Amino acid sequence: MKHEKVEKNIGLMAILIVIAISFGGLAEITPLIFQKETTQPIEGLRPYSALELEGRDIYIREGCSVCHSQMIRPFRSETERYGHYSVAGEHVWEHPFLWGSKRTGPDLARVGQRYSDDWHRAHLIDPRSVVPESNMPGFPWLEKNQLDGQLTAKKMEVFNMLTKGSWHLDEQGNEIPLYSAQDIAAASDAVKGKTEMDALIAYLQSLGHALK
Amino acid sequence: MSTFWSIWITVITFIVIIGCAVLLYWCAKDKMGVEEGESMGHSFDGIEELNTGLPKWWVGLFIFTIVGSLIYVLMFPSFGGFGNGLLNWTSADQDIASKQDSIERAETSSSQYQREMNKADELYGEVFKSLTHDAQGQYLPVEEVANNTEAVKVGQRLFLQNCAQCHGSDARGAKGFPNLTDNDWLYGGTGDIIKTTLMEGRKGNMPIRGLLSEEQLDKEGLTNLTSYVLSLSGRKVNAIEAQKGKELFGTCMGCHGADGKGMQALGAPNLTDNIWLYGGSRKDVEATLLHGRNGVMPAWKDILGEDKVHIIAAFVYSLSNEKE
Repeated sequence: MKHEKVEKNIGLMAILIVIAISFGGLAEITPLIFQKETTQPIEGLRPYSALELEGRDIYIREGCSVCHSQMIRPFRSETERYGHYSVAGEHVWEHPFLWGSKRTGPDLARVGQRYSDDWHRAHLIDPRSVVPESNMPGFPWLEKNQLDGQLTAKKMEVFNMLTKGSWHLDEQGNEIPLYSAQDIAAASDAVKGKTEMDALIAYLQSLGHALK
Repeated sequence: MSTFWSIWITVITFIVIIGCAVLLYWCAKDKMGVEEGESMGHSFDGIEELNTGLPKWWVGLFIFTIVGSLIYVLMFPSFGGFGNGLLNWTSADQDIASKQDSIERAETSSSQYQREMNKADELYGEVFKSLTHDAQGQYLPVEEVANNTEAVKVGQRLFLQNCAQCHGSDARGAKGFPNLTDNDWLYGGTGDIIKTTLMEGRKGNMPIRGLLSEEQLDKEGLTNLTSYVLSLSGRKVNAIEAQKGKELFGTCMGCHGADGKGMQALGAPNLTDNIWLYGGSRKDVEATLLHGRNGVMPAWKDILGEDKVHIIAAFVYSLSNEKE
C-alpha cells in the first residue's frame, strides 16, 4: 500500500488511527475484564444494607466524590494515613464506582468506623464545629429530609442485575444474588423513619469494611 | 492470569513494537515515485514542494523509542502471567483475597510498596519501639513512658493527626467528646486502661429513657429526674422535684451506682462531679435522659499499631498527671 492512499483518504486514515490507538486498551484493559481478581469479591465483602444503599445515593447526589476520592494508592504516604491500599476485589459491586479523581478533602475509602456516628453528624451539619480548619461545606438539610423508601427495593433489584457474574457465596458455596427476596421485601421498612443524614452516616461507616 | 490472556497481551505488545518499526521502514521506503530532493510537482507563487526525507533526529528518536520499549518489556512485567520481567518488579500485591492474605503476603512480598514499608519500618519503627520498650523487649508501663519528654512529644504529634478531630487540638474535647485533660475518666485513668480504650475502642450505652417506661418518664417524671440528677452535682434545684426524681433514679443505679458516682467498669459516668459530657444544662440533661447516648471511641489497634497507641496513651496520661 502506498501511503499516498492513507494521506488522501481521510476515512481510511481515521480507521487506521482507531486501530492503532486501540492496541493499548486491548492489552491493558480487556484482560482485566476477565480476571478473577477484578470480578470476584474479596473475602469479607458484604453488600450494602438498605440504609447504606440509600446513603450511597445521597453521597452521589451531594457530589461528595467531587472532593473525596475512594481509592487508596499503594504508597506508604497514603496507607499510613488512610489504611490498606484499595484492591479491585473491594469494588466489584460498585455501580457506578465512586473512586473520584480529586482530593480537596481526604480519601474516604476506609473512613468507616474511624469516627463515631455522633462525630459524623456534627461534622456534616457544620464541619468547622469539629475541625476548625476544614473548608468542607455543611449539609444541614440532610438532617431534615426523611427517606420515603419508595425506590429502595427497586434499587436493590437493579444492583442484583448489574452485579450478575460477580455474586457472593452462601454457606454452601453457591453463588447467590447480592440481595435476597427477603432483603428486597424488607427494604422499604428498613429505611422508614430514617433521615438522609442517618443513611449517609451508615454508608460512610460501611466504607472499607472488608480490608481493615 | 490464564495462558490465553497472557498470550493475548504478549502478542499485542509485540505487534505494537514491531508495527512501529514497520511503519518507520514503510514511510522511509515509499518515496511516492519521486527521488529525494526532487520536486513533487506542486508550485505556488514560485514556492515549490520538494520530496524531503524524514528528519534524521526524528528518525533517531523513533528508533530510540522502539529499542527503549524492547528493553522495557524485558525488564518490567509486560507479558501478563508470564513472569514479572528481569527485575521481577511489581508495584503492589493487587490480587490479595483477604486481610489475612495481605498480612501473610506482606512478610515475603518484594513489591515496591512492601519494600517502601519495610524500609520505613526499619527507620521509624525502631524509634517507636525504643520509646515504648525496655531493654528486654517488654512494653514499659504507660506511666513510665509519660515521663519521657521525647515520647510525649511524639505522642502529641500522633494525637494531633489522629485524635484531635474529636478531642480537639488542646485535648479538651467538645460536647459528646470527652475532655482528656481534667483527670475525669469514664473508663479509668490508669495507663493500662487508657491504652485498652485506645486499642479496642469503647461503646458508651446510655439507654433511651434510662430504661424507664414512657409513663414513668412523662413530662413531669423527666423534670423530676433531671432535677435529681442535677442535684447530685450540687446544683440548685427544686427540692420537691428532686425528691420525686430520686424515686425514679432506682433503675439508673444499675450503672451509675446508688450514690450516682458512676462505674468505670461499665463506662457509666460519675454524675456527682458536675462534669457533663453531653452538656450540663437542664435541656441537655433532659435530652440525654429522653433519647439516650451512644458515644463511640473507635478502635485504633489495626490503624496505628500497638507501639504508636502506647505512645499516644502516654501522652494522654501525661495530660492529667504531673511528671514524676
